[in-house]
Amino acid sequence: MSEAVISLRNVSKSFGSVHANENVSMDIYKGEILSLLGENGSGKTTLMNMLSGIYYPDHGEIKVNGKVVNIRDPKDAFDCGIGMVHQHFKLVDVFSAAENVVIGIKREHGLDLRGVSNDIRKICDKYGFVMDPAKKVYDMSVSEKQTLEIIKVIYRGADILILDEPTAVLTPQETEKLFDVIRNMKKDGKTVIIITHKLHEVLSISDRVAILRKGEYVDSIETRDATEERLTEMMVGEKVELNIERPEIKEKKIRLRVSHLSCYNSDGLKVLEDVSFDAYGGEILGVAGVSGNGQKELLESVAGLQNSMPGASIKYYSPDDDKEYELIGLTPRKIRQLGVHLSFVPEDRLGMGLVGSMGMSDNMMLKDYNEGRSIFTDKKKPRELAEQILNDLNVVTPGLSTPVRRLSGGNVQKVLVGREISASPAVLMTAYAVRGLDINTSYTIYRLLNEQKKAGVAVIYVGEDLDVLMELCDRILVLCSGRVNGILDGRSAKKEEIGRLMTLVSAGKEKR
Amino acid sequence: MAKETKKEPLIRLTKRDGMPAYKKLLIRCISLLMACVICGFVIYAITGLNPVEVYSTMVSGAFGTRTRIWSTVKEMMMLACIAIGLAPAFKMRFWNIGAEGQVLVGGIVTAGCMIYLRALPPIVLFSLMFVVSAAAGALWGLLPAVFKAKYNTNETLFTLMMNYVAIQLTSFFVAKWENPFGSNTVGVINQNSQEGWFPPVMGSRVFMSADIVLILAVLMFVYLKYTKHGYEISVVGESENTARYAGISVGWVTIRTMLLSGAICGLAGFMAVAGASHTISTSTAGGRGFTAIIVAWLAKFDSGAMLLISLLLAFLQSGAGEIASKCKLNSYASEMITGIILFFILGSEFFINFKLMFRKHGKEEA
Repeated sequence: MSEAVISLRNVSKSFGSVHANENVSMDIYKGEILSLLGENGSGKTTLMNMLSGIYYPDHGEIKVNGKVVNIRDPKDAFDCGIGMVHQHFKLVDVFSAAENVVIGIKREHGLDLRGVSNDIRKICDKYGFVMDPAKKVYDMSVSEKQTLEIIKVIYRGADILILDEPTAVLTPQETEKLFDVIRNMKKDGKTVIIITHKLHEVLSISDRVAILRKGEYVDSIETRDATEERLTEMMVGEKVELNIERPEIKEKKIRLRVSHLSCYNSDGLKVLEDVSFDAYGGEILGVAGVSGNGQKELLESVAGLQNSMPGASIKYYSPDDDKEYELIGLTPRKIRQLGVHLSFVPEDRLGMGLVGSMGMSDNMMLKDYNEGRSIFTDKKKPRELAEQILNDLNVVTPGLSTPVRRLSGGNVQKVLVGREISASPAVLMTAYAVRGLDINTSYTIYRLLNEQKKAGVAVIYVGEDLDVLMELCDRILVLCSGRVNGILDGRSAKKEEIGRLMTLVSAGKEKR
Repeated sequence: MAKETKKEPLIRLTKRDGMPAYKKLLIRCISLLMACVICGFVIYAITGLNPVEVYSTMVSGAFGTRTRIWSTVKEMMMLACIAIGLAPAFKMRFWNIGAEGQVLVGGIVTAGCMIYLRALPPIVLFSLMFVVSAAAGALWGLLPAVFKAKYNTNETLFTLMMNYVAIQLTSFFVAKWENPFGSNTVGVINQNSQEGWFPPVMGSRVFMSADIVLILAVLMFVYLKYTKHGYEISVVGESENTARYAGISVGWVTIRTMLLSGAICGLAGFMAVAGASHTISTSTAGGRGFTAIIVAWLAKFDSGAMLLISLLLAFLQSGAGEIASKCKLNSYASEMITGIILFFILGSEFFINFKLMFRKHGKEEA
């Protein structure tokens, strides 16, 4: 085995009373691709932030190439050859790619953007990126922005790259491309540390996996000796069943019928085109598609948050009185007042589903605070509900009044899903319900959705992981550019088929 | 690379949470004390006066006699009233910097009532002044709110502009009601008959405004904390998307809250005219509309804290006036003191949220 480029010795970091990392000691070897694996809140990002100069450790020492270093800021990190691509991009929107690359670099002579552009092209050729140095960031797709972040880090001479959940925002195809790039970097002798939750990616890309649990270093294993079950066990500390159930429900009743739904977004672009489908109680309807192809607008239309074009219809069939209700043109409050039991877990958890500055308790009454005639809010019921969800779903929070913004991603989602399910819905819509969540919490969410399905609820599950969609859903609707390209049976659908439908649009339009 | 020569940073910040309430109070008291000490040095360095004497002059200037106490309380109540009015708007993240104008229009209509309707029975006149001043302030708040709700205009600019409209309007009425002719001031309205003046209670006319403000303070506390409206304000302030998701009509909440905010600021104008100066001029609001923004934010919209901070500012102002005349300092000196004290109060929040860690000596931990 080659020598260690980074050695951590007893590194600790706490935030207030929370110990993000405790006595972490580990080595990272030259030229390897190391996956850093752990549940939400296990301290992966904090640990990497200490390497990249965002945080400074409370205790312990960091050695780079055998020498003890003090990394006080990102510049020190670059001096050590460490560069990090953060989960949330740190780019200036109105600058071009080249300008973003040189920003913050001290130079002796004036700014030579042409030279920089040439350097960028050289980097692209070397590792297999595609990037136009003159392109402005606001014109870039998410994957281009990420490419730019990586180029930025390489341009600054980093030999050790840290990628924090790089695939969370990418399509399967983009992920493959990124992995090719990472492999090229390895060939070039660079060391890559990659943080990810997706076990199959860990197995396909890395040489070695290091596992953190509750801020402590557990162990590392060679990827060739690892299996998904083994990794999960190390991560969680106990055996976890990695099978998603798909119970068969005999009696299915129609709950929602969407027909001829078309929508424009605020820029006047058509985001949904003539979408029609039915959702039945007792089944999970998956919605597949590259993100940004109308999934958000589809769910928001049903929830009363989007204006649709005339001619559309969204019919809700109530389980209470077997009547049908037209939801088009109604506000969320009107929909509630009709007695429609519609629950919605939006993609933007803290920006739409919850109020980040309020505690669990106050968030419980977000949708029904207005019930009753009193001018005062009822604080007791929400508190009881919050306590119940806290216990049922093992939410980790310092207290019911701690702002939910301060909770970890998984706990935030538990609070949101818990509230939506507690409203005993007839239709439950979820958008990217497990995005950014660790294995354990993800499986908790799948279990909860299945429970709802068994209780006769029509569940609509917008997801991005095709494997999960195929395991969990009874039917899979494939969206592409706002059109329904097909509704497949979840039990018999092939991954290739879904993938083909997800990208069919351009071909289809050209033919016409 | 030779990076190993770099030392650990000398001071680092660590975030802390869950500090017990008594400790927070302690830190705030210490910072106030430190502010006084620093001020003492500054005073001595600049003027050579004994700081203790200067402080005692300040205290006697603010609380020395009955009249002075009432005058300090009057100032405090004005500030507190405007801050209470601003609190719901700012909590909703609606940047209402138009309190100045809302106070002025409230003052104008109050003065108008006092001039034209003096024949009415006092009770009727009072109720009328109360209602129309609130209505005028509400109107001043309504305009920017409607445009914000309908066309998403920038409320900061809009409310600011409304101030200038109010100031011009005041100038117009000052010229119209000029008394005595040619003085370019309105003079004391109803000087002899005192129609429309707040009646003196316990030897001061301030008593009544103080009562009104205290009642408003309690009501606002309850309103923001325990009512459905207050809940809606918090949600809208946090995220409009969340509000829409929850079925809250963002536009309506914006308009309703600004009506309330403007109305209370209008009432402050009512108190300034009918309860204190009995005249109207472009300086009736006197920058309090802006100072009150500081009060509201420092207090994090808590009524009790708003009262306390208003008291502190009013005390500093009255005391400053006194040292300006007694110690022959100009008013800038006292403004420096105010500045230093505010700086320390704000600084104490930093120490409540963060902990400083110093570099350890030696290499024993390596």
